[in-house]
Amino acid sequence: MGRKLGVYTCSGCSIGDAIDVERLVSIAEEEYRPAICKAHPFLCGEDGLSVIKTDLAEGRVDSVVIAGCSPRVKTDAFTFDPQIVTERVNLREHVAWSHEPRTEDTQMLAEDYLRMGIVKAQKMEPLEPVSDGISKTILVVGGGVTGISAALEAADADYDVVLVEKEPQLGGSLATVKKYFPTHPPYTDLEETGLPEKIAKVTSHPKVKVYTSTRIVKTEGQPGMFDVTLQNGGDPFVHRAGAIVMATGWKPYDASKLPHLGYGCSPNVVTNDQFEALIGSGPLVRPSDGKPAESVLFIQCAGSRDNNHLPYCSSVCCMATLKQSDFIHQTSPETKVYIVYRDIITPGQYERYFAKVQNHPATFLMKGDVAAVRAQDGRQIQVDVKGTLLGEDITVPADIVVLATGLVPNAADNDAIRDLRDAQAKVQRNESETQRTEAEKIVNRLQPHEGTAILNLNYRQGPDLPILRDGFPNSNFVCFPYETLRTGIYAAGAVRAPMDSAQAEEDALGAAMKAIQSVEMATAGKAVHPRAGDLSYPSFLLQRCTQCKRCTVECPFGSIDEDEKGTPKFNPYRCRRCGVCMGACPERIISFKNYSVDIIASMIKAIEVPDEEEEKLRVLLFMCENDAYPALDVAGMNHVHYDASVRVIPLRCLGSTNIVWIADALSRGIDGVMLMGCKYGEDYQCHFAKGSEIAHRRLENVKETLQRLQLEPERVEVSQVSIDEFEKVPEMINTFMDRIRELGPNPYKGF
Amino acid sequence: MDNGNLASNNGRSLLVIGGGIAGLTAALEAAEAGCSAIIIEKSPSLGGRAIAFNQYFPKLCPPTCGFEINFRRIKNNPRITVLTQAELEEITGSAGDYEATVKLSPRFVTNSCTVCGACAEACPAERPDGFNYNLSKTKAAYLPHKMAFPAQYVIDRNACKKDCSACVDACRYGAINLEQQVERKKFHVAAVVLATGWAPYDASKITNLGFGCYPNVVTNVLLERMAAVNGPTAGKILRPSDGKEPATVAFVQCAGSRDENHLPYCSSVCCSASLKHSTYIHNLYPDAQVTIFYIDTRTPGFLQDFYAKVATNGHLKMIKGKVGKVEEDPETHDLIVTAEEVLTGTKLTQKFSMVVLAAGIVPQTDGIPLKVARDQFGFAVNGTAGIFAAGCAKRPEEVSATVRDATGAALKALQCAVRSAHHG
Repeated sequence: MGRKLGVYTCSGCSIGDAIDVERLVSIAEEEYRPAICKAHPFLCGEDGLSVIKTDLAEGRVDSVVIAGCSPRVKTDAFTFDPQIVTERVNLREHVAWSHEPRTEDTQMLAEDYLRMGIVKAQKMEPLEPVSDGISKTILVVGGGVTGISAALEAADADYDVVLVEKEPQLGGSLATVKKYFPTHPPYTDLEETGLPEKIAKVTSHPKVKVYTSTRIVKTEGQPGMFDVTLQNGGDPFVHRAGAIVMATGWKPYDASKLPHLGYGCSPNVVTNDQFEALIGSGPLVRPSDGKPAESVLFIQCAGSRDNNHLPYCSSVCCMATLKQSDFIHQTSPETKVYIVYRDIITPGQYERYFAKVQNHPATFLMKGDVAAVRAQDGRQIQVDVKGTLLGEDITVPADIVVLATGLVPNAADNDAIRDLRDAQAKVQRNESETQRTEAEKIVNRLQPHEGTAILNLNYRQGPDLPILRDGFPNSNFVCFPYETLRTGIYAAGAVRAPMDSAQAEEDALGAAMKAIQSVEMATAGKAVHPRAGDLSYPSFLLQRCTQCKRCTVECPFGSIDEDEKGTPKFNPYRCRRCGVCMGACPERIISFKNYSVDIIASMIKAIEVPDEEEEKLRVLLFMCENDAYPALDVAGMNHVHYDASVRVIPLRCLGSTNIVWIADALSRGIDGVMLMGCKYGEDYQCHFAKGSEIAHRRLENVKETLQRLQLEPERVEVSQVSIDEFEKVPEMINTFMDRIRELGPNPYKGF
Repeated sequence: MDNGNLASNNGRSLLVIGGGIAGLTAALEAAEAGCSAIIIEKSPSLGGRAIAFNQYFPKLCPPTCGFEINFRRIKNNPRITVLTQAELEEITGSAGDYEATVKLSPRFVTNSCTVCGACAEACPAERPDGFNYNLSKTKAAYLPHKMAFPAQYVIDRNACKKDCSACVDACRYGAINLEQQVERKKFHVAAVVLATGWAPYDASKITNLGFGCYPNVVTNVLLERMAAVNGPTAGKILRPSDGKEPATVAFVQCAGSRDENHLPYCSSVCCSASLKHSTYIHNLYPDAQVTIFYIDTRTPGFLQDFYAKVATNGHLKMIKGKVGKVEEDPETHDLIVTAEEVLTGTKLTQKFSMVVLAAGIVPQTDGIPLKVARDQFGFAVNGTAGIFAAGCAKRPEEVSATVRDATGAALKALQCAVRSAHHG
């Protein structure tokens, strides 16, 4: 390969006390003949670094192996030019600090790690940024307050914006709101919505192109180069955009599903949405007969916080009701307002407004549940409330009953639409009677989703953002609320999560920021979060592809499409560089320049497996580099010791595990394989959404293979580890080693 | 990073005050869009209050998981400058063109630190561990915690023994300099993000609830550290008076919050936090009886799902009622809680082995030499050109909302940088 490798081993931080560094260096020299092989007592110090830098500057080496502390520390010191392949070997946290010093086993561990690091450095190739023809235009879908805000804010940062609204006018749901509840100090006075000014500003902004009465016919391509076909009556036309903010807002929960709360029993039972139209213009009257309304009763959580309807809290209804109550009292201070609630949810400074409204002498708050709403012609509506604070059931008469219905996201069910289209295609292909019947059933079940797509992405994995929870394309992460399963596409506002307009305006800012960031990162050829800045991307050796479609199905980000034959069509700018496709591929044709099946397989091969007579076991441990690996680092910092038979290989995501590695390891006589990834399931912690889960699934298949090979399936174990389980990880290793000892050495040893 | 839109940035940067989750998010989001950012954090490491949590609600996942990713983003991004033990001393100029003077207090440990820990091992002096809300001690030479970023020891000179230089002798890498002095640095920045966060309300001010008088009355932030594996009790929640496992625990919601005499606003997070804390207790002691005294359970949005899930635990009791007083049985150190149960209108008196006060959020906006409007409670109010508050400096909010807010503040700041680049 002609690579000029420099291997630099640090003996500082008690590495030199724990292992024979001289011997380590000589092994590297003898076995790999690198261009330079040096040891230093303080490699990260000025003198140590100058040794490396001089060798680099004078062209003696062009690739560097640093054997010392964990790659998680001293990153500044050991970061060289991106063209310099650099590999860190963790001799400190994972060897010197966590194993018995000066023992044969600890020495062998260090030697293996160095071998693995050298082999990896030899195989890795330098990275160069690849980027071409990136559009920095931001497409904003939805012209409500969220979309308008996103458009204005992105435009104010000097980005071109295309704003698309399906209705003839901008404004969305906020347009029907007369006044807005207080969001500014002293938090007690109603505010103007400010919407007309915003609409005027966005329609006249030189950087914003606004399309109303417009739908997205299709969105082709990838971040940096989405070709979006729009239609507004006439011929479709195409806009190129780099990133998308999806701000399609919400709709009120269908009140016809709430007959138990009286909806439909009288024209005087209305939703909060309908009630907004009744207030603010003259005295409040009953819709049924125009008689003045002397009392109004609000039923909170009408549909929300109810597992039969909306399991979530809609977040806006308490403040909306308080505002409507306030509004009523501004024109009719005598009107009695009853609010039947379970919890009044007015967080933060909103509490001040609650305090104000509840102090009005004609406002009556009643904690309780509505048992029945009874209407009689021409009379007041009777509302039975049970479980009140007074401990008794009471009946309240009211001229108008307002249901504080919650909000439902205006999102499309990506997976359902994808499954529908797949089934439709199967029906069309008509390959067999049973297949067709089965597909027809799916088509019938999913028919309601026909035509509901919003973004109309041409992705193999469906036309919209995947839904995460209760119909919302939200993020699954507390600390990364804009994390998206479709790179460059960010949901904002009430379509992302239940929120009020003030929150939605802020959310629009954040989503616009992420959209801008995504086009800037694409321009630099870099990945976005969580591998922000990564220049690597997978390449596909398609001559050997068998069209098995595993990569297209398993990519968590929908990066890979298919042609008619099923050959993968990779879209690099959608990619997040997790390597799940690489792990999926049975033909091993997917590789990164610095991360591949071959590189890891070579590292496994570099491990010296002792003969059976030596009675030394070897276990391979694949660890997620994001969580499990740092946990083991902390164990090292705590000087917790664990079995020295284990050899750790960090992975970008456990989902990038190719099962061939396990077969390789076991056939080489390695006695067991452990895999540690992030928690998966509903509340997954895997940074690549499905990676850890996919790895678990793949491993189930491996176990079957093992049984066929007469190997105990217990030799392979995959587990879930959190980053804070630094006490548990060494115990897990030791327990596994005990089990392997019980099973005895791998019978394939020596073959 | 080559960046078209900001290529003519002229080196204009953002100044982010505060290195907690809000500040580091704002800096990262702006930097990954091509704008330089300087984080100034007054403590020796980043992460603020959030990194001291045991878990986040509602996922019950460890904060260090996200911080690990964020720290890696910082390490990989040359556009971010991190200054710890740093405070804003003076700022002049206006939006797009500020000059900030930052005061850097000495760390007494240089970049040569390898985090080997020899200094702490040799150090004879101790100091209260602020990371654990003083529930434990560290050496005067200490690493704030194992995941601390920057990974660099620090010396608390106030805690040092007189004329001691044990750490200097122990450090093989010459990383300790006890002669370090205060330094000042000037930065030219286009915008400022104010992300100074929050502090827990001083619960001893709520005299009827017994915090500070009775050892077994603790606050929510203390419980958080007790529950953490890297905390003072290695993850065991024990009664401070006798180290015993609590059999019955009462949570007093709105301890200070929604109270005209203390914090007249709602602190937003305490309901979900106490529900989360009940899961800590039940994970350790499945049979412990937990009672939450609340006025309203405020779990907006998807947090409602979390509430519904936690509330199914048969050992959790929710009582709508305001706690009037907490007294102590001096013999057992058990606590007698008197509450007015709103649903029945009756007065309820019950004994608990431990009481947790859900103390509220107080904004940390005092003493910052920055002209920024504040509301009647001290929360920063946006409106000053060039200065953008985010997170709990602006309103009480949970981590997710803070990150959302900080990401938005990054865009506002970015706009200033772009504009100043155009005009500069």
